[in-house]
Amino acid sequence: MDYDDRSVRRFIFATVLWGAVGMLVGVILALQLAWWPANLNTPYLTFGRLRPLHTNAVIFAFTGNGVFAGIYYSMQRLLKTRMWSDKLSAFHFWGWQAIIVSAAITLPLGLTEAKEYAELIWPIDIAIAVVWLAFAANFFGTIAIRKVKHLYVAIWFYMSMVITITVLHVVNNLALPVSLTRSYPIYSGLTDALVQWWYGHNAVGFLLTTPILGLLYYFLPRAAERPVYSYRLSIVHFWGLVFLYIWAGPHHLLYSALPDWAQTLGMVFSLMLLAPSWGGMLNGLLTLRGAWDRLRTDPILKFFVVAITFYGMSTFEGPLMAIRSVNALSHYTDWTIGHVHSGALGWVGMTMFGMLYWLAPRVYYRPLHSTSLATAHFWLATVGIVLYVVAMWAAGVTQGLMWRAVDANGLLQYPNFLDTVRVLNPFYWIRLGGGLMYFTGVLMLGWNLFRTSQSSATTTAIQAA
Amino acid sequence: MSETTHQDGWHRRVLEHRSAAFAVLTTLAISVGGIAEIVPMYAVPDNAAVADGIPPYTPLEVAGRDIYIREGCYNCHSQMIRPMRAETLRYGPWTRAAESAWDRPFQLGSRRIGPDLQRVGGKYPDSWHYEHMRDPRATSPGSIMPTYGWLHEWRVDPADITASVQGLATLGHPYADTSLAGVTKSMSDQAAGIVTSLASANIQVDPDREIVAMIGYLQRLGTDGRKLYAEAK
Repeated sequence: MDYDDRSVRRFIFATVLWGAVGMLVGVILALQLAWWPANLNTPYLTFGRLRPLHTNAVIFAFTGNGVFAGIYYSMQRLLKTRMWSDKLSAFHFWGWQAIIVSAAITLPLGLTEAKEYAELIWPIDIAIAVVWLAFAANFFGTIAIRKVKHLYVAIWFYMSMVITITVLHVVNNLALPVSLTRSYPIYSGLTDALVQWWYGHNAVGFLLTTPILGLLYYFLPRAAERPVYSYRLSIVHFWGLVFLYIWAGPHHLLYSALPDWAQTLGMVFSLMLLAPSWGGMLNGLLTLRGAWDRLRTDPILKFFVVAITFYGMSTFEGPLMAIRSVNALSHYTDWTIGHVHSGALGWVGMTMFGMLYWLAPRVYYRPLHSTSLATAHFWLATVGIVLYVVAMWAAGVTQGLMWRAVDANGLLQYPNFLDTVRVLNPFYWIRLGGGLMYFTGVLMLGWNLFRTSQSSATTTAIQAA
Repeated sequence: MSETTHQDGWHRRVLEHRSAAFAVLTTLAISVGGIAEIVPMYAVPDNAAVADGIPPYTPLEVAGRDIYIREGCYNCHSQMIRPMRAETLRYGPWTRAAESAWDRPFQLGSRRIGPDLQRVGGKYPDSWHYEHMRDPRATSPGSIMPTYGWLHEWRVDPADITASVQGLATLGHPYADTSLAGVTKSMSDQAAGIVTSLASANIQVDPDREIVAMIGYLQRLGTDGRKLYAEAK
């Protein structure tokens, strides 16, 4: 079968490049919080303008391209057909990169819609819709010409992303343009907040969760050389996940003036979400039964196991934080930042790295340059995440407790907000250290993949798939 | 690997072998929650602000708000006081729904790297904001906020703000006069007041500087809510 691996290689290159850029911006932001002069006294590099660049780069550029690489590789093999249209594949790739470049230009210029992870201005929003629909056409076209009747689990998860991201992006970005670079949303106030967090939470759900689960359903059994533990469990947790996820957005608005019924729905569905999430985690971990011994030597499985473990941890922590009384403490603190990064660095990032190390020999047709370098990357990234997340937990709980502390007279113990900022400084330096380690790991990955692609030792045996 | 299980269940015939049915059912599954939560928001009258007598942002405040959004202030500052004793002690009365009715986009925020700004209006004199934006540490020792000195140099273009005001009017915000002349006059009238108050603190500034619009916006924040609470008492 003549599969299109060129698109896979392109998306892999973009994943590593934008991953490094997005995480470098993250390191700069971490430095700015620890040492404010790093804002450099220039409009274009302040925390307020760079932070959206960091989040968008990691979500849409790093994760997005990584997901596309994995989908293009796996769906061709699962459906035993080449992608439906090479032209659409190329348009998808170059269109997506053009969107990323335009984001990297407009956000530092202060051109923003100010909705988290949906900051890009309306002309770019339209471009996103066009490129995404081209991808969707290619995706469903490939399914239509498939040579395998049965749609494997991974395809379901990919499909849920293709459909849901379309709906989320369009509805959340409905706005009235007043100039080429400025628009106002058709929703206002709390309705706008509800629509935004319906979008924001499900961007996490359907870009950072379901496609990553789909990738694991393909790459984990391949890497472990073990069948998926339970087909039945994958059916139950898939439908549970896609149905329940959508409801959970209002947990971002607890204690706001949003109607109580909506807040309670958000909290209750967030708690229910634990069940299908852990269904996925268990199906992943149990797939490794009989292959645990290989964990000692295989960095790919190491990455996957840590990723699944962080998935289980984050999907326990998320529902916990959606409980009102816990949210009362955690909301608006660095606990949220820690939670997001245990998901993004631990779950998404580690899955991506494992997948890329597995893919490299198979799309460059050469053995991986260095397994020991990959193992070193694994340890550096793992220690980096732990430093990052623990520092943010400590910072978040510390600040949350200081905000609410009252003295014997019932007055605020720390009435000066700045007292609750200064105390965080050591945690911010630790977080910077953890982030730097993780970022360094991505550079090691890039070097390893580059050397692999340039190696003179070719192998044809490995490309059998 | 895709042949890990071989039993031919009913769901395979209905779903996993039929891509269109699978896509339709997935679309339904992801639609229910959003429809159930978002649609009822429109069943509730959305003119709460009008009912409570809250006027929309003035053109100068719209200009300041556009700058607030451009600089990404929402990344570090919330505008939502939660109904908890520690919050109301620190920031003032908790946020009511009507107070954000003119906010497109909303500005509730998600992280307080700096303090909540819901009721910052009237809390400090104009000169405090002028100095604070120029050098946050001059007014707030230990602050980690960036300096925003360019706000004191860059100018606001009334034509630009007229487009914003006209857009907001299209979306239902009640403005009496959305002409360029009307918006320009409204802006210069309000700016003159801020320039005068700054002059009394020995600060000379042109009325068309961005910092003036920014001060106008910040001094408005939360004042309507304070009035509502005062009337309720």
